[in-house]
Amino acid sequence: MSELVAENLHLWRGEQHVLRGICFALARGQCLQITGSNGSGKTTLLRALCGLVPLEEGQVHWQGQLVTRAPHGFHTDLGYLGHDNGLKPDLTAVENLRFATQLRRRVARGEILTALERTGVADCQATLLRRLSAGQRRRVALARIVLTEAPLWVLDEPAANLDPRGQSLVTDLLASHLARGGMAIVATHQALGLPAPQLVAMALQ
Amino acid sequence: MNARQEQVNAPAVERQPANDGLARAVVGLARRDLRVALRRSGDTLQPLGFFLIVTTLFPLALQPEVSLLRDIAPAALWVGALLASLLALDLLFREDAQDGTLEQLALCGQPLASLVLAKTAVHWLLTGLPLVVVAPLAAMALGVPAAALPAVLAALVLGSVTLSLIGAVGAGLTMGMRRNGSLLAMLVLPLVVPVLIFGARATAFAIGGEAVAAPLYLLGAMAVLAVTLAPFAVAAAVRIGLE
Repeated sequence: MSELVAENLHLWRGEQHVLRGICFALARGQCLQITGSNGSGKTTLLRALCGLVPLEEGQVHWQGQLVTRAPHGFHTDLGYLGHDNGLKPDLTAVENLRFATQLRRRVARGEILTALERTGVADCQATLLRRLSAGQRRRVALARIVLTEAPLWVLDEPAANLDPRGQSLVTDLLASHLARGGMAIVATHQALGLPAPQLVAMALQ
Repeated sequence: MNARQEQVNAPAVERQPANDGLARAVVGLARRDLRVALRRSGDTLQPLGFFLIVTTLFPLALQPEVSLLRDIAPAALWVGALLASLLALDLLFREDAQDGTLEQLALCGQPLASLVLAKTAVHWLLTGLPLVVVAPLAAMALGVPAAALPAVLAALVLGSVTLSLIGAVGAGLTMGMRRNGSLLAMLVLPLVVPVLIFGARATAFAIGGEAVAAPLYLLGAMAVLAVTLAPFAVAAAVRIGLE
């Protein structure tokens, strides 16, 4: 059964018709990969799905419910990683993750350290974010997504600024998320390396 | 490590939302904002320095007569407070919008109005309350008698709460723009004119030794109205600002 269903999404940006009748359905354990040239509306689509940009036409259903009718429930189930990492430069990695996760659930320090180990930035736990490289910050942001424990991940270029090992980390994180029945929507040109039945591809023009 | 990893991963998809979530989110957010502000205390103190300098410029520019200074003291104090609060609004949402943490607040599944109220409360604690604390210095420089200080400070407490909340609406709307200073002033200043009028009135009455209850009650009523209604407007403004 499809948990996330998008029907006929339309969005204009001024004179430009950015999203033109987008439809898709996503079931548990599936990942939707969105590709498209620069300016084709990948980020806009992700932001519209999350509810950051209001859609002009079309509907998004999450677990059979219209998301505009129950946005809080949908957002509780949603982990969003945009172009910006959503982390404060003046806090350390651990502080950032604690505050970000506390918005959603109770979190223990051990969980945060485990997540940082998993994304390969355990050494940076006590460093202010502003002192980390762009790639390290992205890894901390990925740890934030892991800690949300949300069933639906929406990731915008998750491997931006990451080295080749970081890119395979993204694949690993996605694979284990899907294996646990999670879902993901990823805008990226990088080959995700997921098996075909799990991967739904969509190209924007 | 593997056992711990599984502990993190296991409850993922079936998790139920917690009931005490909002209180935890609000407290966590307030603590985060306080910590960031303490690490950047220079930014936080700027509006305060501005207020002190502007208000103490008046005695220097005018003839040093106490009666003259007392006449202009209400205007100087309140216009100074208004401009300082406007300056401080830049700290409220702009950086959170730039680093993406504001998006995360909007998407965390908690009511945004409560979260922005918490943010604005911390902002008042860091910029409004310190202004009240240093106001006696500025008031002394303007020849305000010591007996009038309690009423002047009470008016400033009530007025600064309203200023922070109304200002937050403007800050939310303009946070995405690059040069938003004058636009923010044009949006916010007309809306806070009642605070200016009754705040300055209360101060003038206090200096003249008259009863200050009436303007203080009105300032209090405006503060209550702002605390109850403004968070919804701020949340709507932030959503528009995020688009």
